[in-house]
Amino acid sequence: MLTEDLPLFPFRSPGDNPFTPVTGTDLRHLDGPVTRVRLPTGGWTWLVTRHADVKQLLRSDAFSADMSSPNFPLLRPAPNGPRNRSGGFIRMDGDEHLRLRRMLTAEFMIKNIRRIEPLITDAVGSSLDALAAAGPPADLVEHFALPVPSLVICHLLGVPYADHAFFQQRSAILLDQSADPLKLRDAIGELRGYLADLIEARRQQPAEDLIGRLVTERVATGELDAEELIGMSLLLLIAGHETTANMIGLSTLLLLQHPEHLAALRDDEDLADGMVEELLRYLTIVRTGLPRLARRDVDVGGHTVRAGEPVTALLSLANRDDDVFAGGDDFDPYRQAQQHLAFGFGVHQCIGQPLARAELRIALVRLVRRFPGLALAADPAKLPQRDTSIVFGLAELPVTW
Amino acid sequence: MSVHVAADRDLCVGAGNCVLTAPDVFDQDEEGLVAVLDTDPAAAADRVAQAVDLCPAGAITATGGKTP
Repeated sequence: MLTEDLPLFPFRSPGDNPFTPVTGTDLRHLDGPVTRVRLPTGGWTWLVTRHADVKQLLRSDAFSADMSSPNFPLLRPAPNGPRNRSGGFIRMDGDEHLRLRRMLTAEFMIKNIRRIEPLITDAVGSSLDALAAAGPPADLVEHFALPVPSLVICHLLGVPYADHAFFQQRSAILLDQSADPLKLRDAIGELRGYLADLIEARRQQPAEDLIGRLVTERVATGELDAEELIGMSLLLLIAGHETTANMIGLSTLLLLQHPEHLAALRDDEDLADGMVEELLRYLTIVRTGLPRLARRDVDVGGHTVRAGEPVTALLSLANRDDDVFAGGDDFDPYRQAQQHLAFGFGVHQCIGQPLARAELRIALVRLVRRFPGLALAADPAKLPQRDTSIVFGLAELPVTW
Repeated sequence: MSVHVAADRDLCVGAGNCVLTAPDVFDQDEEGLVAVLDTDPAAAADRVAQAVDLCPAGAITATGGKTP
């Protein structure tokens, strides 16, 4: 089949239900576990949708995450030369990736996240106060879902929260696949410049935040150069607030539509850990999947992917796979959903997952306790969705109480 | 039946799924990489099998006992 005759991915059929990862119109294009689809950049990719196949391909070193390779399945043209890939270790392979990632593994390990739980609780508390002061009604995304993870990642990194509008606007452009290439280039340049200034300030005035420690312990020793630290900080700043923010917004909408689960969470905090895993599975906000390129011929789901061919692991459908999650299209906070792939899988699996879990648990439990009468203040079918973003979510969530 | 647990720090990426699944068997060292607390856990075979399955980097192996 000619490339131009293939179905276009990411799928864009209109859907009024923000919990449906792929609507029926587009599902009919998926006639098997491995399907060829066309990309907006003119290329194509194999779309892999089964849980077992996605796990296999993301854990295999036969697939590269280096987006600078020719044929890599890009959703939009790359705005930069290879230099600005520096420090962005999610787009690297092997030892290059491990060297940078390992500078951060201790920072995000479970023990350290437990230590900073009081900080998360404070960020949740002050954001709840701000939400209360803004309404009712008020936009939960603007006053709660976005501030909570932004306050936390700012504090951890040492980025002034007062600058949140600056980096939130630009990171939204970075994640928007429909963004104008020039706007995208400017947004990246401005964020890198901002972080370069911050790093220079830390060099002159050492500090105990994460960027300050990396300057003192890694840049000063020559293990990390300043460009790499800029790229690494940019990755942490964006991933640290966009993902959790969209999870909090969508989770709140889902709980408002399931009052029995909302009440259960309010009455029994012990349910929170399991509910968070199910929310992660069911909502899977990275809906465009994870792109890779085969380095050698590999069998995936009974299909041979040839060396040099592009592959996209569709996490959102893998997380609805009935073979692993019975009744996968149903939200069931009492199921054991730990096998979900919402944080990805393989060596690139989200390094911030203990932080994300703690933020979601604390934010959702405190929200439903503080506002027992929380209710939606808009038609759920008409809520603006971030449907061109790599990280899916709600642009607004009007609530009342 | 007990299992024998081994972990490869060279492969570990510090995701921490093992600590979440079987905190009595796995910990993270000062670098955030896997440390096995109990190489022959008597009663944790199911959870060890789950930790093996959930390890994104394939850094954990369990031999003997029930197969996952």
